[in-house]
Amino acid sequence: MKKMTQFLSVAFLAFSLPVLAQENAGLKLPEGFKANLYANNIGGARHIAITKSGVVFAKLNNPNKEGNSIVRLEDANNDGVADKINGWAKYGGTGIFVKGNSLYASSNEAIFKYELNSKDEVVNPLAPVTIVSGLIDRRQHNSKSITFDMANNIYVNIGAYSNACQEKDRMPGSQGMMPCPILDSAGGIWKFDGSKENQTYKDGKRYGTGLRNVIGLDWNTSSNQLYVAQHGRDQLNSFYPNLYTDAQNAELPAETFYEIKEGDNAGWPYVYYDPSQHKKIVSPEYGGDSKKEGSSEFKDPAVAFPAHMAPMAVLFYTGNQFPAKYKNGAFISFHGSWNRAPLPQEGFFVAFVPFKDGKATGEWEIFANGFAGTENGAKIANPSKAKARPCGLAQGPDGSIYVSDDTKGAIFKITYSK
Amino acid sequence: MVNPLMNRKINRGINRVAKFILLFCFLVLAQWGNAQNKINGKKIYETRCLVCHQSDGGGVPNMNPPLDGATNVNGKDIARLVKIIRNGYDERVALDGMYYNNAMAANPDLKEDAIADVLTYIRTSWSNKAGVVTTSQVKAALLKNKAAKK
Ligand code: HEC
Repeated sequence: MKKMTQFLSVAFLAFSLPVLAQENAGLKLPEGFKANLYANNIGGARHIAITKSGVVFAKLNNPNKEGNSIVRLEDANNDGVADKINGWAKYGGTGIFVKGNSLYASSNEAIFKYELNSKDEVVNPLAPVTIVSGLIDRRQHNSKSITFDMANNIYVNIGAYSNACQEKDRMPGSQGMMPCPILDSAGGIWKFDGSKENQTYKDGKRYGTGLRNVIGLDWNTSSNQLYVAQHGRDQLNSFYPNLYTDAQNAELPAETFYEIKEGDNAGWPYVYYDPSQHKKIVSPEYGGDSKKEGSSEFKDPAVAFPAHMAPMAVLFYTGNQFPAKYKNGAFISFHGSWNRAPLPQEGFFVAFVPFKDGKATGEWEIFANGFAGTENGAKIANPSKAKARPCGLAQGPDGSIYVSDDTKGAIFKITYSK
Repeated sequence: MVNPLMNRKINRGINRVAKFILLFCFLVLAQWGNAQNKINGKKIYETRCLVCHQSDGGGVPNMNPPLDGATNVNGKDIARLVKIIRNGYDERVALDGMYYNNAMAANPDLKEDAIADVLTYIRTSWSNKAGVVTTSQVKAALLKNKAAKK
């Protein structure tokens, strides 16, 4: 009997070991790339930021079991795995950014600034400076993602607290409001001064509008322009079953990636982008019939991705470690869809968007896949079954990239060698 | 010749069998009724709820709460569940310790029996074993909710 148990436990170990130490942390990557788990179970990690010395900061959606919502991670012995981990702050949120010796982090209604010392430790964890406060948080689409241009201005997403600006949100048959009153204070990107304290709406400027919810945004330093990835609207089939089948809803509208110049309007809620017709289509809440083309005053996307995959972060790659084709192109993380249901879900990967002469080529490819952790990459029916959902992206000083997961809080490190 | 004592025994026996058959029929009918309710509830779930709460009742992390295994869904407060289905739900509350960001729309056009059916479906599907909600329970809950509003 004892022998039997011994045998069983050895057999069990033999089976489970390869699972514990999966090759490339379970990810599927292009030739020459490797991945490992830099950290795990730190708490749902939204965006991440990395200092010049390689210290990683992760902003958590909610405080983790230690009660912290910003986590500092350091790989002191340089083996690719974080070995010094601590944290602070009680407010959940998404945005985090390192700019010089400052660390910026956002709650769902404010942006705070911390000072870093020469070891990239935070000097004032309990007394940050408030840069912006009073931004709208009505729960839906409340993540305040942030990025900076090269002149110390902050760009923050203020998501629309609505699906399609109906009089009654998500109520079948409820009409779209004209004009959509939400756009005065949300549904766009606002610009603030990164060095000024205690700003609110009146100190900022609406930089781009008609953007339903942008969680991923980054400044393209090679073309000196803002790029944002929008989450397209939901539930065309459940509100308009006469116009859209379940199968059409699963492909509509595109998730869109835009180059945003000051004053641009991407058209939410009046239009959405149909990737098969290659057109902006009038939303059914505003009199559309799934074919009527929308106004040309609205911006066309630089890249149209399949519907509902939920782009979470944009990272322009400026490193030298990866092959030349990646330089100045954009990585985009996709959280994975939920409202393709009843069809299988898509996403749960990091995509790469090639750029040529400072412009997106319109093409895209899957760069890192397998985050959902299904057998042989099988499709997932329900997002709660995904082992990890890609969220934040950041580049390390050596040109590696890091991908965070906001379910349990894994951080994957992806490197390249010839 | 059957003696009176035997007669009484037989009568009692027949009585028992009849009672048993009646009860059996009742149970079968009730079960059949429940099954019909659940089938109708499933239809409603698929057209109105599945997109958010998902086919496995697991919800969408941080957005839409799971119904499978949820304390409130399996709980005794039917009036609260009825109110959520009728009026929608968009509050900053923790459900089993987690917060969800999406807004659930109202279903003002769902009749009492349809609300009962969809509640029966979510309370008896996946790992949930909380049991049936009847139309009269829904009616009572709507009255109670109306009174509470005044
Ligand atoms: C648009 C997405 C959406 C749809 C469609 C939807 N719900 Fe919800 N539901 C939610 C959200 C979000 C919450 C939590 C709201 C909150 O936190 O304020 C919720 C909460 C609930 C709750 C309370 C759960 C608890 O633990 O207390 C129940 C029960 C429920 N929904 C059932 C249903 C049923 C039945 C339907 C179909 C008739 C439905 N929902 C349709 C998003 C949705």
